[in-house]
Amino acid sequence: MSEALRAEHCGSCSSTKPGLPVSEAPRAGHCGSCSSVPNRTPRPGSRRPPAPVASAAMRLQVAAGGPAALKVVAAAEFAAAPVRLCWSAPAEQPLSPLCSPWVPALQLDSGAVLFSPNAICQYLFLAGGQEPTDLTNQWLEWEATELQPVVAAALYAQLVHGKKGLEAAGHLGKLLAYIEQSLSGRGTAYLAGDTQSVADVVVWGALFPVLQDEASLSNELQALRTWFQTMTLSEACRKAANSVLMPKGLLEFKSYLQKQPPPCLAMERATSNEPEEEEASERVLTEEEITAAADAWARGAAALPKPWHPQKPVLPVEGMRNVLITSALPYVNNVPHLGNIIGCVLSADTFARYCRLRNWNTLYVCGTDEYGTATETKAVEEGLTPREICDKYNAIHADIYRWFHISFDYFGRTTTPHQTTIAQDIFQRLLARGFLLQDTVEQLQCEGCQRFLADRFVEGICPFCGYEEARGDQCDKCGKLINAVELKVGWDPSGRPVALPGTPTVFWALSKPFLCFSSQKRPQCKLCRGIPVVKPTQHLFLDLPKLEEQLEPWLEHSWSTGDWTANARYITRSWIRDGLKPRCITRDLKWGTPVPLDGYRDKVFYVWFDAPIGYLSITANYTDQWERWWKNPQQVELYNFMAKDNVPFHSVIFPCSLLGADDNYTLVNHLIATEYLNYEDGKFSKSRGVGVFGDMAKDTGIPADIWRFYLLYLRPEGQDSAFSWSDLMLKNNSELLNNLGNFINRAGMFVCKFFGGVVPDMVLTMDDKRLLARVTLELRQYHQLLEKVRIRDALRCILSISRHGNQYIQVNEPWKRIKGNEEDRQRAGTVTGVAVNMASLLAVMVQPYMPSVSQAIQGQLCIPPECFVLSHIFTCTLPPGHRVGTVSPLFQKLENDQIEALRKRFGGGQAKPTPPAPVPAPASGPVVAPGDPQLIQELTEQVAKQGNHVRQLKANKAEKAEVDAEVAKLLELKKQLALAEGKSPEVLVPKGKRKK
Amino acid sequence: MAAELALLEGTLGLRNGTKYGAQGERQIPVLQTNNGPGLTGLITIAAHLVKQAKKEQLLGSTAEEKAVVQQWLEYRVTRVDRCSSKEDTRTILKDLNTHLEDKVYLAGNSFTLADILMYYGLHHVMVDLTVQEKEKYLNVSRWFNHIQHYPGVRQQLSNVVFIKNRLYTNAH
Repeated sequence: MSEALRAEHCGSCSSTKPGLPVSEAPRAGHCGSCSSVPNRTPRPGSRRPPAPVASAAMRLQVAAGGPAALKVVAAAEFAAAPVRLCWSAPAEQPLSPLCSPWVPALQLDSGAVLFSPNAICQYLFLAGGQEPTDLTNQWLEWEATELQPVVAAALYAQLVHGKKGLEAAGHLGKLLAYIEQSLSGRGTAYLAGDTQSVADVVVWGALFPVLQDEASLSNELQALRTWFQTMTLSEACRKAANSVLMPKGLLEFKSYLQKQPPPCLAMERATSNEPEEEEASERVLTEEEITAAADAWARGAAALPKPWHPQKPVLPVEGMRNVLITSALPYVNNVPHLGNIIGCVLSADTFARYCRLRNWNTLYVCGTDEYGTATETKAVEEGLTPREICDKYNAIHADIYRWFHISFDYFGRTTTPHQTTIAQDIFQRLLARGFLLQDTVEQLQCEGCQRFLADRFVEGICPFCGYEEARGDQCDKCGKLINAVELKVGWDPSGRPVALPGTPTVFWALSKPFLCFSSQKRPQCKLCRGIPVVKPTQHLFLDLPKLEEQLEPWLEHSWSTGDWTANARYITRSWIRDGLKPRCITRDLKWGTPVPLDGYRDKVFYVWFDAPIGYLSITANYTDQWERWWKNPQQVELYNFMAKDNVPFHSVIFPCSLLGADDNYTLVNHLIATEYLNYEDGKFSKSRGVGVFGDMAKDTGIPADIWRFYLLYLRPEGQDSAFSWSDLMLKNNSELLNNLGNFINRAGMFVCKFFGGVVPDMVLTMDDKRLLARVTLELRQYHQLLEKVRIRDALRCILSISRHGNQYIQVNEPWKRIKGNEEDRQRAGTVTGVAVNMASLLAVMVQPYMPSVSQAIQGQLCIPPECFVLSHIFTCTLPPGHRVGTVSPLFQKLENDQIEALRKRFGGGQAKPTPPAPVPAPASGPVVAPGDPQLIQELTEQVAKQGNHVRQLKANKAEKAEVDAEVAKLLELKKQLALAEGKSPEVLVPKGKRKK
Repeated sequence: MAAELALLEGTLGLRNGTKYGAQGERQIPVLQTNNGPGLTGLITIAAHLVKQAKKEQLLGSTAEEKAVVQQWLEYRVTRVDRCSSKEDTRTILKDLNTHLEDKVYLAGNSFTLADILMYYGLHHVMVDLTVQEKEKYLNVSRWFNHIQHYPGVRQQLSNVVFIKNRLYTNAH
């Protein structure tokens, strides 16, 4: 569409009206051919000087009833700008998506659309030759930020709430006074000088609807009255007022205003904003709270419950809170990375430690998930048996978790006889109760290896979200599980993968590690180079649709009584909403739990049927009374920790298995799923050594507790978070060293230096009691958060207590008072005593997060073991006369150099650029390769010579047989060269072959 | 906002080291000049500084471009600065994302004052976005990342990271 046509085009009915002067276009109807708009009376009295011939008129779309219409129409009149005015009903399609339908929009010749009324006014004046000045800019900005909100509020009060006069004017008075002051101060007739400018039009346009005529202005505003009168009487403004405010006057704006939310002025809002919320946490303490805190303090260590040390093995105890904690079983074929650690084991560990400190009878189990194709593949890769692979990696995992101080009661594995017994039992029970189905699945099979290719080694386009690298069993992008039946794939005659008939638009490309495309041709089995075929095979399915009626009431109950993270609920809900389908639980593999049913004896259970059963079998390896944990929902509360991608298996599939097996199993009460932890910038890649893996963390020289602290500090609760080296340094240096460590160290040092290592007498003042109450408040908050497993948030409470402590020491200056009179020395004693007791409380509170640091504080301050328990009160655990040990710093500063070095080391700074593939042609320069340089040199020359020879033969149209023979020689030479250069010669061969 | 003007001075290569006053609850910056009552308002002072630095092209070179720059400056002070809820912020990001779909800079193909001030105004918003949000407002992210790397603009403001790679590899 041309520019000219666009100017006359009606957005609403799409009809074009060449030649129709838009300035006289019917109002409301805004276009002659729209019959949908009821009011088509022509707009009176709005005539504009004709537009200059040279310029095509720009379209100025003005909504009838939009207050900003006034100033743009007036500006167009003033500047005699070449615009075509087009009245539109507010419901009409705006000129650009950014335009609000009520606000005027100007379409420029370039096609760009201005949607801000002041910018439109300024442009119209600029087009008329008036450049903006600092002063006009200032008025425009003032009008937009100060005047407009107040005017809008006043109009709203007047028209929607029906208020009158001053009542509606609100804050307007102050702004009018400002205009008055500016005009009289400068002594000019207009706002920005002695002539009219865009500033006058814009301010007048805003004021006119509320003032209407100068009579409403008080006599004190003499200059403003004069200015306003002059403006209102000017031809341009008169015309604008007539066209915008007719026929109903101000009521024209009413329908617009009624659709707006009540205006909220900046000045009013400022009183109800965030800063206040933060102050709210520093809320005023009540007298009762202060008294209660002082009482609790006075009761001393006797007020604390006795720490509970359960018998080993830990078993549920009647009458106690019995907490069973699992963290998702890490897969055995790889080293865990920081994401695995924070998502599962570390979060669960922190919570388990907290539970134990609360005297809850707690069992925390985990182990490696070892069955499945990935293990088989890894075994082939490393030339070991699957068993050997599992042994190797299980040990690696156990080592890493030990280093991180993960306090498993038992860390087991899934490849045990118990696993087979329990999994087969659950299977038999499901079979007996009719919850299993039989179906035929078409799968890729390599006939040479007699091997079916597992789902997870097929890559392709996700049928749900279109992600191109979705794995065969689950899409990494949208998280949806992909059913095995959707994996059918075939090839067209050229070898391209295609969807088989009857399947949706699934288009599977293949695949590692068994399949690869060789020069974009046929798929091959990587092991034997055989061509895989699609073969039907019988499989068993868990009948999820049939189990849904049991699942839903259970979920409802679990959600209403337990703590499920929001993402866990959301993922589960959307999974059920999409409809449950039968889910295949068997696989054609060898490394797995055998299926105990005729016709399936060569198959094993699918790892996702099998793996969660690992929780049970691992517990069975811990104690033969495992059923007291796992078949005891009356007494046991089960917490599952995982990253969000594991949610459906724990919230739907596994509960369905257990519900169907119907043996009074303990089902999950609290499902705690984290979001993802990301790695700063740059690619995260194991192969390139970018990122931090569990086994590398200890090589950084940064203590495990610092890692624990930082990972928990950025635990992705509620939203993703990102690991950053500089942030790690910052948090260590500011929060641990300067805040927490500094406080605990000072408190302990004062006892040693000023009081000979013995806690002094304390005489509490009101200020001290207030501090006790403040600490108690933080402690309560800490409990509230941890009970809801908000681990990261609870960490803030610890840091806040030490911040209060630092302030307390800073304000009371015990190091000065100790040198003062008797009273001062007593005060120094009290402050030191309270501070060291806060340190003692912190030692317990910090234990779930930093167990070694906690132990160090315990050792330094000689905190009695019976005080290592968490209650809701802050009491004096280190009474006067208590002797502390040797106090030393708890944390070390991390230096910039050190962190930069680590960033480089783990951030792929050392990643080598892949050398460009050398072209084995005569023209290629010297090739740097691992082989013998002399040999390469020779071969390169020979290839070049032979290449020339072949070209010459071809140019001379030699016999085909002769050419072929020489080409064969050339290819052979190239192959030798490639070998000498240490490259795979295959790359070249098909290229030669294709020519035939 | 006074701090922002100091940043702008840095970007423009001015070494004024001006101390800006602040007015009212919203702390509107005020620039005292030798003659007259001084200038008030962020975009007013910003435009003044640009002219002082003789970099008028930053205000737009054609009348149309000038208008577009003006419009986005106005958008900055009336919409971005007035965001009071997450909802408002989302609307802003959505608008900008749409606008930037086919543009390198706010005013089209040239870098202008609008980019600089919008960058300063959005910095605190972008810092808090999650990875998914950054992906959702892809055009804003692209533009923002471009501007923060524009020579001299970012200065001591923190670098907002846009490329995030998962630590999780979905091991199984």
